[in-house]
Amino acid sequence: MKHLLTTQGLAKDDAILLLDTAAQMAATQSRENKKLPTLRGRTVVNLFYEDSTRTRISFETAAKRLSADVINFSAKGSSVSKGESLKDTALTLHAMGADAVVVRHSASGAAHQLAHGGWLDAGVLNAGDGMHQHPTQALLDAFTIRRHLVGGVGHDGRGTDTSAGADLAGLRVAVVGDVLHSRVARSNVYLLHTLGAEVTLVAPPTLVPVGVETWPCRVSYHLDETLEQWQPDAVMMLRVQRERMSGGSGAFFPSPMEYSRKFGFDARRLAVLPDHAIVLHPGPMNRGLEISAAAADHERSVIVEQVANGVAVRMAALYLLLSGETGQTTDERNAQ
Amino acid sequence: MSPGSRMPASSAADARTVLGEDDIARALTRIAHEIVERNKGAVDVVLLGIPTRGVQLARRLAERLAQIEPSFDGEFGTLDVTMYRDDLRRQPTRAVGQTVLPGSLDGTIDDKVVVLVDDVLFSGRTIRAALDALNDLGRPRVVQLAALVDRGHRELPIRADYVGKNLPTSRSERVRVRLSDVDGVPDSVVISDAAPAQDGGAR
Repeated sequence: MKHLLTTQGLAKDDAILLLDTAAQMAATQSRENKKLPTLRGRTVVNLFYEDSTRTRISFETAAKRLSADVINFSAKGSSVSKGESLKDTALTLHAMGADAVVVRHSASGAAHQLAHGGWLDAGVLNAGDGMHQHPTQALLDAFTIRRHLVGGVGHDGRGTDTSAGADLAGLRVAVVGDVLHSRVARSNVYLLHTLGAEVTLVAPPTLVPVGVETWPCRVSYHLDETLEQWQPDAVMMLRVQRERMSGGSGAFFPSPMEYSRKFGFDARRLAVLPDHAIVLHPGPMNRGLEISAAAADHERSVIVEQVANGVAVRMAALYLLLSGETGQTTDERNAQ
Repeated sequence: MSPGSRMPASSAADARTVLGEDDIARALTRIAHEIVERNKGAVDVVLLGIPTRGVQLARRLAERLAQIEPSFDGEFGTLDVTMYRDDLRRQPTRAVGQTVLPGSLDGTIDDKVVVLVDDVLFSGRTIRAALDALNDLGRPRVVQLAALVDRGHRELPIRADYVGKNLPTSRSERVRVRLSDVDGVPDSVVISDAAPAQDGGAR
């Protein structure tokens, strides 16, 4: 693996290797000394053109736990505000000798352009590009689901994870909310499908993207019906992305109150689910809109654990991208 | 990705077996006795096997220690050294293995007598990585090393405390340890010629 840009087309073996590596990384994070020497002397640049708290901190923590040097670059307060292009920024990073670039950008495809534009020879990790993909978020969601529903880790997050090497075959995951604007939903649909899980998207028709029929999932417009009849093992709530709803496109639903009634997740809807089911949210949450406080703080909610797992998954991604000879394909690696 | 899985089957033609099943069993029994003798019992002894085959050897040593010293609980752990290797940038990406300490330790190896167990001692670089990995887990009182085969050609000032067999080899030869519970064939140590220079399995 040279880059991690998308979960679409990610081989199942690679996905499972990422999850297994993440499990080993997570095991090291309960030690007193959390730092590993693995990436000493490598440089990871966090290139963030969009605001982010948890993803940037998560990547920064992951890189530092592996002893890599971290350079944070955010568009605000940099020469980007003077009009520098992505290409010129990339050439600057190349000149500085970056080994990996973690990029978040509001334009879909920015990470792909950075990886394949010929500007850089560093590995590129997509930390979210526009409304396209956010692969490490999907991997941490899959990792969290696997730990709980396959590995037999309890609701308190304790217990031994026995899921090494396993996929998510047969599990049902409902992804609920603002699918239209969500790169998390896109990444999850493809990754969960690759891992053998069934996915149903639940959203009002206005928040379902054009072309969704080509995705490997089902679509429903009714949350209650899906929860009662389909009985998902995991429910993933998506944030209503109000910052992407302004502008010319107008309103996507009549009122927050109506959205909350029809698509918000609360204790009543939680009670409909099977006993083992878990609730996920990529954060940041709009409490009271897509998820009620009672559901968010419920013992079956794994939202806080997702953040901790995010560090382990990003450590795994950085390790697999940065260790080993560069330019190797999966086939060559498997042949060894 | 275990070292053994990379071996081409054709190299078996000029292979010669230096240790058989019984030899390996006797060597492990002797090492177990030596561990007890050197440490005057097995009170604080913690066996940590280095994947892949070191783990199985640690398990067998633990069984023998439990027979010799009833106070020994028969537990052993595994110590993965992948993330501490000095050749990560030269080799294809290695999968990270598991590190598991024996349950009775409560997650610490402080003030214990750690015996590292590996199959073949070669350059000593794996053991250097293991010492670094141990350092991050705690501060053992003593660290000792048991190896089934010592084939020489050390590149670092490292020696084994317990050796199953000293095996003079040339660098171009390849030493393979096969264990029934890993490889599905009877236990043996085999030397073969014509090992390609980039062999990642040799240590």
